[in-house]
Amino acid sequence: MAECPVCGAEFKLPEGTEKGELITCTDCGCELEVTGVDSVEEAPQEEEDWGQ
Amino acid sequence: MKVGFLHSIIRKEEKLLLDEFRNRPGVEVVMMDDRELVFDLHRNAYKDLNVVIERCINHSRAIHAIKIFEDFGIPTVNTYQVAETCGSKFLTTQALLKAGVRTPRCYLAFTPESALRAMEELGYPCVIKPNTGSWGRLLSKVNDRDAAEAILEHKEILGSYHHSIFYIQEYVEKHGRDIRSFVVGDRCICAIYRESPHWITNTARGGKASNCPVTEELHDISVRAAKAVGGGVVAIDVFETPQGLSVNEVNYTMEFRNSIDTTGVDIPAKVVDYVLEVARR
Repeated sequence: MAECPVCGAEFKLPEGTEKGELITCTDCGCELEVTGVDSVEEAPQEEEDWGQ
Repeated sequence: MKVGFLHSIIRKEEKLLLDEFRNRPGVEVVMMDDRELVFDLHRNAYKDLNVVIERCINHSRAIHAIKIFEDFGIPTVNTYQVAETCGSKFLTTQALLKAGVRTPRCYLAFTPESALRAMEELGYPCVIKPNTGSWGRLLSKVNDRDAAEAILEHKEILGSYHHSIFYIQEYVEKHGRDIRSFVVGDRCICAIYRESPHWITNTARGGKASNCPVTEELHDISVRAAKAVGGGVVAIDVFETPQGLSVNEVNYTMEFRNSIDTTGVDIPAKVVDYVLEVARR
Protein backbone atom coordinates (compact mmCIF):
# COMPACT_ATOMS: atom_id res chain seq x y z
CA MET A 1 0.00 0.00 0.00
CA ALA A 2 1.18 3.52 -0.77
CA GLU A 3 0.77 6.25 1.84
CA CYS A 4 -0.02 9.86 1.08
CA PRO A 5 2.80 11.95 2.64
CA VAL A 6 0.38 14.83 3.25
CA CYS A 7 -2.67 13.25 4.92
CA GLY A 8 -1.44 9.71 5.66
CA ALA A 9 -4.21 8.03 3.67
CA GLU A 10 -3.30 4.54 2.47
CA PHE A 11 -4.26 3.38 -1.00
CA LYS A 12 -3.35 0.84 -3.64
CA LEU A 13 -1.87 2.13 -6.86
CA PRO A 14 -3.86 1.07 -9.92
CA GLU A 15 -2.34 -1.55 -12.20
CA GLY A 16 -0.29 -0.03 -15.01
CA THR A 17 0.74 3.03 -13.00
CA GLU A 18 4.05 4.43 -14.25
CA LYS A 19 6.96 5.55 -12.08
CA GLY A 20 6.91 9.35 -12.30
CA GLU A 21 3.15 9.46 -12.97
CA LEU A 22 1.09 12.16 -11.33
CA ILE A 23 -1.92 11.04 -9.31
CA THR A 24 -4.32 12.75 -6.92
CA CYS A 25 -4.81 11.55 -3.34
CA THR A 26 -8.43 10.47 -3.12
CA ASP A 27 -8.62 11.65 0.51
CA CYS A 28 -6.96 15.09 0.60
CA GLY A 29 -6.78 15.92 -3.11
CA CYS A 30 -3.02 16.62 -3.07
CA GLU A 31 -1.11 16.02 -6.29
CA LEU A 32 1.37 13.16 -5.82
CA GLU A 33 4.11 11.59 -7.91
CA VAL A 34 4.50 7.82 -8.03
CA THR A 35 8.07 6.93 -7.04
CA GLY A 36 7.85 3.12 -6.85
CA VAL A 37 5.57 0.10 -6.80
CA ASP A 38 4.05 1.16 -3.48
CA SER A 39 5.38 4.64 -2.86
CA VAL A 40 4.42 8.22 -3.64
CA GLU A 41 5.71 11.65 -2.74
CA GLU A 42 4.39 15.16 -3.12
CA ALA A 43 4.47 16.22 -6.78
CA PRO A 44 7.17 18.76 -7.63
CA GLN A 45 6.16 22.41 -7.65
CA GLU A 46 5.75 24.20 -10.97
CA GLU A 47 8.99 25.83 -12.18
CA GLU A 48 9.55 28.87 -14.36
CA ASP A 49 10.40 26.92 -17.52
CA TRP A 50 7.65 24.33 -17.20
CA GLY A 51 5.13 23.42 -19.86
CA GLN A 52 4.09 24.66 -23.26
CA MET B 1 13.47 -0.90 -32.41
CA LYS B 2 14.51 0.97 -29.26
CA VAL B 3 12.82 4.27 -28.48
CA GLY B 4 14.35 6.46 -25.79
CA PHE B 5 11.57 8.21 -23.87
CA LEU B 6 13.05 11.31 -22.24
CA HIS B 7 10.76 12.56 -19.48
CA SER B 8 10.42 13.91 -15.96
CA ILE B 9 7.00 13.65 -14.37
CA ILE B 10 4.56 11.52 -16.34
CA ARG B 11 1.55 13.58 -17.31
CA LYS B 12 -1.54 12.42 -19.19
CA GLU B 13 0.24 13.08 -22.52
CA GLU B 14 3.26 10.93 -21.63
CA LYS B 15 1.00 8.13 -20.42
CA LEU B 16 -0.95 8.15 -23.69
CA LEU B 17 2.26 8.14 -25.74
CA LEU B 18 3.74 5.30 -23.68
CA ASP B 19 0.59 3.20 -24.13
CA GLU B 20 0.75 3.82 -27.87
CA PHE B 21 4.46 2.93 -28.16
CA ARG B 22 4.00 -0.25 -26.13
CA ASN B 23 1.15 -1.36 -28.37
CA ARG B 24 3.38 -1.24 -31.43
CA PRO B 25 4.99 -4.57 -32.36
CA GLY B 26 8.79 -4.65 -32.22
CA VAL B 27 9.09 -1.42 -30.24
CA GLU B 28 10.96 -1.36 -26.95
CA VAL B 29 10.65 1.78 -24.83
CA VAL B 30 13.67 2.85 -22.77
CA MET B 31 12.57 5.23 -20.01
CA MET B 32 14.96 8.11 -19.27
CA ASP B 33 14.01 10.35 -16.33
CA ASP B 34 15.87 13.66 -16.73
CA ARG B 35 16.17 13.92 -12.94
CA GLU B 36 18.27 10.76 -12.83
CA LEU B 37 20.40 11.12 -15.96
CA VAL B 38 24.13 11.80 -15.83
CA PHE B 39 25.72 12.38 -19.24
CA ASP B 40 29.34 11.49 -19.85
CA LEU B 41 29.86 13.93 -22.70
CA HIS B 42 32.89 11.98 -23.95
CA ARG B 43 31.12 8.64 -24.34
CA ASN B 44 27.93 7.71 -26.12
CA ALA B 45 26.17 5.37 -23.70
CA TYR B 46 23.03 5.38 -25.87
CA LYS B 47 24.30 3.70 -29.04
CA ASP B 48 21.49 1.15 -28.98
CA LEU B 49 18.73 3.77 -29.24
CA ASN B 50 17.17 4.27 -32.67
CA VAL B 51 15.39 7.49 -31.74
CA VAL B 52 14.67 9.69 -28.70
CA ILE B 53 11.34 11.37 -28.07
CA GLU B 54 11.66 14.38 -25.77
CA ARG B 55 8.85 14.88 -23.25
CA CYS B 56 10.60 16.85 -20.48
CA ILE B 57 8.52 19.39 -18.62
CA ASN B 58 11.51 21.75 -18.15
CA HIS B 59 12.62 23.61 -21.26
CA SER B 60 16.20 24.00 -19.94
CA ARG B 61 16.66 20.28 -19.43
CA ALA B 62 15.03 19.46 -22.75
CA ILE B 63 17.36 21.57 -24.89
CA HIS B 64 20.53 20.36 -23.15
CA ALA B 65 19.55 16.69 -23.35
CA ILE B 66 18.39 16.91 -26.97
CA LYS B 67 21.68 18.56 -27.94
CA ILE B 68 23.63 15.70 -26.37
CA PHE B 69 21.59 12.96 -28.07
CA GLU B 70 21.72 14.75 -31.39
CA ASP B 71 25.50 15.19 -31.17
CA PHE B 72 25.81 11.48 -30.40
CA GLY B 73 24.08 10.93 -33.74
CA ILE B 74 20.74 9.74 -32.35
CA PRO B 75 17.68 11.17 -34.13
CA THR B 76 15.45 13.18 -31.79
CA VAL B 77 11.84 14.35 -31.91
CA ASN B 78 11.99 17.24 -31.85
CA THR B 79 15.43 18.39 -33.01
CA TYR B 80 17.67 20.76 -31.08
CA GLN B 81 17.02 23.51 -33.61
CA VAL B 82 13.25 23.23 -33.10
CA ALA B 83 13.52 23.13 -29.30
CA GLU B 84 15.90 26.07 -29.13
CA THR B 85 13.82 28.17 -31.52
CA CYS B 86 10.45 27.41 -29.96
CA GLY B 87 11.82 27.85 -26.43
CA SER B 88 12.56 31.48 -27.21
CA LYS B 89 9.74 33.79 -28.25
CA PHE B 90 12.35 36.03 -29.85
CA LEU B 91 13.88 33.23 -31.97
CA THR B 92 10.40 32.05 -32.93
CA THR B 93 9.44 35.53 -34.11
CA GLN B 94 12.68 35.78 -36.09
CA ALA B 95 12.05 32.39 -37.74
CA LEU B 96 8.45 33.31 -38.62
CA LEU B 97 9.47 36.68 -40.06
CA LYS B 98 12.25 35.09 -42.10
CA ALA B 99 9.81 32.54 -43.52
CA GLY B 100 7.20 35.20 -44.29
CA VAL B 101 4.62 33.76 -41.86
CA ARG B 102 2.21 36.42 -40.52
CA THR B 103 2.87 37.11 -36.84
CA PRO B 104 1.88 40.00 -34.53
CA ARG B 105 4.07 43.10 -34.65
CA CYS B 106 6.91 42.78 -32.17
CA TYR B 107 9.72 44.83 -30.61
CA LEU B 108 12.77 43.85 -28.58
CA ALA B 109 14.59 46.18 -26.18
CA PHE B 110 17.28 45.80 -23.52
CA THR B 111 16.60 48.54 -20.97
CA PRO B 112 13.42 49.77 -19.24
CA GLU B 113 13.85 53.17 -20.94
CA SER B 114 14.12 51.75 -24.44
CA ALA B 115 11.33 49.26 -23.69
CA LEU B 116 9.10 52.20 -22.75
CA ARG B 117 9.98 53.90 -26.04
CA ALA B 118 9.10 50.69 -27.89
CA MET B 119 5.70 50.50 -26.18
CA GLU B 120 4.95 54.15 -26.93
CA GLU B 121 5.78 53.50 -30.58
CA LEU B 122 3.73 50.28 -30.72
CA GLY B 123 0.80 51.89 -28.90
CA TYR B 124 -1.37 50.70 -26.02
CA PRO B 125 -2.56 48.17 -25.19
CA CYS B 126 0.45 45.99 -25.85
CA VAL B 127 1.81 42.83 -24.25
CA ILE B 128 5.14 42.19 -22.50
CA LYS B 129 6.20 38.57 -22.32
CA PRO B 130 9.17 36.77 -20.81
CA ASN B 131 11.30 35.50 -23.68
CA THR B 132 11.09 31.98 -22.26
CA GLY B 133 7.91 30.89 -20.57
CA SER B 134 4.63 29.14 -21.07
CA TRP B 135 1.16 28.43 -19.72
CA GLY B 136 0.55 32.17 -19.94
CA ARG B 137 2.81 32.91 -16.97
CA LEU B 138 4.06 36.46 -16.40
CA LEU B 139 2.34 37.86 -19.46
CA SER B 140 1.41 41.50 -18.94
CA LYS B 141 -1.20 43.37 -20.92
CA VAL B 142 -0.09 46.98 -20.71
CA ASN B 143 -2.99 49.38 -21.12
CA ASP B 144 -1.22 52.73 -20.72
CA ARG B 145 2.07 54.45 -19.93
CA ASP B 146 1.48 54.32 -16.15
CA ALA B 147 1.10 50.54 -16.26
CA ALA B 148 4.14 50.27 -18.55
CA GLU B 149 6.34 52.19 -16.11
CA ALA B 150 5.15 50.11 -13.16
CA ILE B 151 5.72 46.77 -14.92
CA LEU B 152 9.14 47.78 -16.22
CA GLU B 153 10.24 48.89 -12.76
CA HIS B 154 9.05 45.61 -11.25
CA LYS B 155 10.86 43.63 -13.92
CA GLU B 156 14.05 45.61 -13.39
CA ILE B 157 14.05 45.27 -9.60
CA LEU B 158 12.48 41.85 -9.09
CA GLY B 159 13.10 39.99 -12.32
CA SER B 160 15.87 37.51 -12.96
CA TYR B 161 18.42 37.83 -15.76
CA HIS B 162 16.16 36.83 -18.61
CA HIS B 163 13.58 39.48 -17.67
CA SER B 164 16.12 42.07 -18.77
CA ILE B 165 15.32 41.24 -22.39
CA PHE B 166 12.05 43.01 -23.11
CA TYR B 167 9.92 41.19 -25.67
CA ILE B 168 6.99 43.44 -26.53
CA GLN B 169 4.15 42.37 -28.78
CA GLU B 170 1.18 44.08 -30.35
CA TYR B 171 -2.02 43.26 -28.43
CA VAL B 172 -4.34 41.31 -30.71
CA GLU B 173 -8.05 41.49 -29.88
CA LYS B 174 -9.06 37.83 -29.90
CA HIS B 175 -12.77 38.29 -29.13
CA GLY B 176 -12.57 35.54 -26.54
CA ARG B 177 -10.78 32.83 -28.47
CA ASP B 178 -7.68 31.75 -30.35
CA ILE B 179 -6.69 28.57 -32.17
CA ARG B 180 -4.19 25.88 -31.30
CA SER B 181 -3.33 23.71 -34.29
CA PHE B 182 -1.30 20.50 -34.20
CA VAL B 183 1.29 19.72 -36.85
CA VAL B 184 2.94 16.34 -37.28
CA GLY B 185 5.49 16.20 -40.09
CA ASP B 186 4.04 18.03 -43.06
CA ARG B 187 0.38 17.84 -42.01
CA CYS B 188 -1.83 19.86 -39.70
CA ILE B 189 -3.70 16.93 -38.15
CA CYS B 190 -6.30 18.88 -36.14
CA ALA B 191 -6.99 22.09 -34.25
CA ILE B 192 -8.95 23.42 -31.32
CA TYR B 193 -10.45 26.77 -30.39
CA ARG B 194 -9.43 27.91 -26.92
CA GLU B 195 -12.18 30.07 -25.52
CA SER B 196 -12.01 32.26 -22.45
CA PRO B 197 -13.47 35.58 -21.33
CA HIS B 198 -9.92 36.39 -20.12
CA TRP B 199 -7.41 37.73 -22.66
CA ILE B 200 -5.13 34.77 -21.81
CA THR B 201 -6.80 31.73 -23.39
CA ASN B 202 -4.35 28.92 -22.47
CA THR B 203 -6.19 25.77 -21.42
CA ALA B 204 -3.68 25.57 -18.52
CA ARG B 205 -5.29 28.84 -17.38
CA GLY B 206 -8.88 27.71 -17.77
CA GLY B 207 -9.47 28.22 -21.51
CA LYS B 208 -12.14 25.83 -22.83
CA ALA B 209 -11.34 23.65 -25.83
CA SER B 210 -13.68 22.98 -28.75
CA ASN B 211 -13.08 21.55 -32.21
CA CYS B 212 -11.77 23.93 -34.86
CA PRO B 213 -12.12 22.82 -38.49
CA VAL B 214 -8.78 22.71 -40.31
CA THR B 215 -9.42 25.05 -43.22
CA GLU B 216 -7.01 25.39 -46.12
CA GLU B 217 -5.76 28.69 -44.66
CA LEU B 218 -5.20 27.19 -41.21
CA HIS B 219 -3.45 24.13 -42.64
CA ASP B 220 -1.20 26.30 -44.78
CA ILE B 221 -0.11 28.75 -42.08
CA SER B 222 0.31 25.98 -39.48
CA VAL B 223 2.59 23.89 -41.71
CA ARG B 224 4.55 26.96 -42.81
CA ALA B 225 5.03 27.99 -39.16
CA ALA B 226 6.16 24.45 -38.28
CA LYS B 227 8.64 24.42 -41.17
CA ALA B 228 9.90 27.88 -40.18
CA VAL B 229 11.07 26.57 -36.80
CA GLY B 230 12.48 23.33 -38.23
CA GLY B 231 9.48 21.00 -38.52
CA GLY B 232 8.60 17.88 -36.53
CA VAL B 233 5.80 17.63 -33.96
CA VAL B 234 4.63 21.07 -32.89
CA ALA B 235 1.54 22.94 -31.72
CA ILE B 236 0.88 26.38 -33.17
CA ASP B 237 -0.97 29.19 -31.40
CA VAL B 238 -2.88 31.17 -33.99
CA PHE B 239 -4.85 34.43 -33.79
CA GLU B 240 -7.76 35.29 -36.06
CA THR B 241 -7.27 38.86 -37.25
CA PRO B 242 -9.07 41.02 -39.82
CA GLN B 243 -5.99 40.60 -42.06
CA GLY B 244 -6.11 36.79 -41.78
CA LEU B 245 -4.58 34.17 -39.49
CA SER B 246 -1.48 35.20 -37.54
CA VAL B 247 0.92 32.91 -35.64
CA ASN B 248 1.59 33.85 -32.04
CA GLU B 249 3.82 31.02 -30.79
CA VAL B 250 5.02 27.52 -31.64
CA ASN B 251 5.30 24.82 -28.96
CA TYR B 252 7.70 21.89 -29.30
CA THR B 253 6.69 19.55 -26.43
CA MET B 254 3.03 19.88 -27.14
CA GLU B 255 0.30 19.19 -24.65
CA PHE B 256 -2.81 17.62 -26.16
CA ARG B 257 -4.87 16.00 -23.42
CA ASN B 258 -7.85 18.30 -24.07
CA SER B 259 -7.71 17.89 -27.82
CA ILE B 260 -8.16 14.17 -28.55
CA ASP B 261 -11.85 13.78 -27.69
CA THR B 262 -12.50 17.35 -28.81
CA THR B 263 -11.16 16.79 -32.32
CA GLY B 264 -11.74 13.04 -32.67
CA VAL B 265 -8.12 12.68 -33.85
CA ASP B 266 -5.85 10.11 -32.22
CA ILE B 267 -2.98 12.55 -31.61
CA PRO B 268 -0.70 10.12 -29.71
CA ALA B 269 -0.98 7.57 -32.55
CA LYS B 270 0.00 10.21 -35.12
CA VAL B 271 2.97 11.32 -32.98
CA VAL B 272 4.15 7.73 -32.50
CA ASP B 273 3.84 7.04 -36.26
CA TYR B 274 6.06 10.06 -36.88
CA VAL B 275 8.66 9.12 -34.25
CA LEU B 276 8.96 5.59 -35.66
CA GLU B 277 9.25 7.01 -39.18
CA VAL B 278 12.13 9.25 -38.02
CA ALA B 279 13.83 6.20 -36.46
CA ARG B 280 13.60 4.28 -39.75
CA ARG B 281 15.12 7.06 -41.91
